[in-house]
Amino acid sequence: MIMRKVKNVFFKGFCVCSTLLGLGVLVVILATLFEKGMAGMSWSLFTEVTPGPGGEGGLANAIMGSLIMTALGILLATPIGVLAGTWLAEFGQHSKTADIIRFLNGMLMSAPSILIGLFVYQLVVVFMGHFSGWAGSIALAIIALPIIISTTEEMLKLVPRNLREAGAGLGTPRWKVIVSLCYRSVGTGIVTGILLSVARISGETAPLLFTALNSSFMTLNPNEPMANLPVTIYQFAMSPYDSWNQLAWSGALLITMAILALNVLSRALPQLKKRRS
Amino acid sequence: MKALLLKAFPVDGDDFFRKASWASAGLIAVLMFALLISLVTGAWPALEKFGLGFFTSTEWNPVTKNFGAANALYGTLVSSVIAVALALPVGIGVAIFLSELCPKWLSKPLSIAIELLAAVPSIIYGMWGLFVFAPWFSGGFQIWAGEHLADLPVIGNFFSGPPMGVGLLTSGIILAFMILPILTSLIKEALSTVPGVLREATYGIGATQYEVIAKVLLPAIKGPIFGALILALGRALGETMAITFVIGGAQSIEMSLFMPATSISATIAEQFNEATGDIHIASLIGLGLVLFLITFIVMGTARVLLRRNRQ
Repeated sequence: MIMRKVKNVFFKGFCVCSTLLGLGVLVVILATLFEKGMAGMSWSLFTEVTPGPGGEGGLANAIMGSLIMTALGILLATPIGVLAGTWLAEFGQHSKTADIIRFLNGMLMSAPSILIGLFVYQLVVVFMGHFSGWAGSIALAIIALPIIISTTEEMLKLVPRNLREAGAGLGTPRWKVIVSLCYRSVGTGIVTGILLSVARISGETAPLLFTALNSSFMTLNPNEPMANLPVTIYQFAMSPYDSWNQLAWSGALLITMAILALNVLSRALPQLKKRRS
Repeated sequence: MKALLLKAFPVDGDDFFRKASWASAGLIAVLMFALLISLVTGAWPALEKFGLGFFTSTEWNPVTKNFGAANALYGTLVSSVIAVALALPVGIGVAIFLSELCPKWLSKPLSIAIELLAAVPSIIYGMWGLFVFAPWFSGGFQIWAGEHLADLPVIGNFFSGPPMGVGLLTSGIILAFMILPILTSLIKEALSTVPGVLREATYGIGATQYEVIAKVLLPAIKGPIFGALILALGRALGETMAITFVIGGAQSIEMSLFMPATSISATIAEQFNEATGDIHIASLIGLGLVLFLITFIVMGTARVLLRRNRQ
């Protein structure tokens, strides 16, 4: 009997310790980011461009480039993703083709992001003859796409049959039922999926290494190699200069906070909506 | 005006919408196919030159232009297997704590916190791993292991070598943290599918929580746990930035887990922009093809397993 109780206590202790370990890692990572990143927080971080080796400067061009490429990526991925998710939920449903596309979508979602980088390098960079913000955006769009597709499909499946039948009963064409009734009723869910994919792609480094490359100038033209935060962090963190290392930590703090905030927001959104209605 | 336009271009809204959505869905298949084709064509010069030897050769020499995938493949597999071996027990522990042991009001915020671990970008894990974890690990465990484990027969080989901090074992540990959230959430989901009656019945005959969980619940979700394990393995195989920071970047295969090594993704990330000529690029894309094939097989297996269990 005592043996059983001891075992039980040990077992529970193990589960508690595992959880503490997981949470501990999150806390330690965030604490490190704050400790090392805050030291470099200043206005010049947002107003000055990346400095030359060992010099002083900010991350303005990298932040701007990341914002532009993430925005372009999402603008490319959203319409295609929502439409594809709609096809799976409304037209394809249980067909064999839909099954295959769902499977391939799952595979694309779990394809290593560096492979997406290699793919876009060969497809766009080699074709255009130079690295560019467009290539980076396309790579990010391909990463965001499967996430948007699967959330859209999941959300549309939640729309009750009655709603569709009511719409169809009034003689509304099917596409209008989908656009004005279904999208509207699960819109928050779809937006959540889009926000999550923004969070996912804004920290991606590997696919940008050889698509957008990087740039130490303020570049607003996506047809040129484009500065971006993740690749700048990578290069500066690995460099021997203290001032670059400091910028890398500050950039890391910025990007992580932005991503965590997006995650929390995407979780809070459905609840806010529920409370209001 | 609208009527005129409609007359000039008789568009059936339904038909158009259906076709547009079908084209978008079809794009996924096209993308996956194009991804495979581009990797094969990009790697072709290397495959043609080195033949099947590309996959088994441990040579990686940009000077003599001889390239083989074995070193990177070894590092990728070993670091991923270490990650899964470390993360699985911890993941099961966390999942059990969150879904069976801790009070309801605490479970939700803790689950979100664990899931946020998955949201932290790979590059942040890399920086943290290199600048915080690796020095701490080399000063602590690696020195201790050098004194106490290195002389043991057989397993001593794994723990010998200089305490450098970076290397295969460090990569495995960092990867383990990264795959912990996915393992936890999949196991938690599986636990929630076990019918409550089963728990009540076992508690009813006087079993302890340990007995209920270890003898009834865990055996009932063996299948999904295995599926989750494979899925997590797939994640670990493709991780790039975190590994690039902490694996050490050495093209070699060593018995010791303390020694620096390399992985497929790290080799591509480090060398692609500095590649010395076409055959070097083709070999790096060849590594990408190898990675694609492994992850495709692993992930496909995981998906089939998890789906079968859900049905």
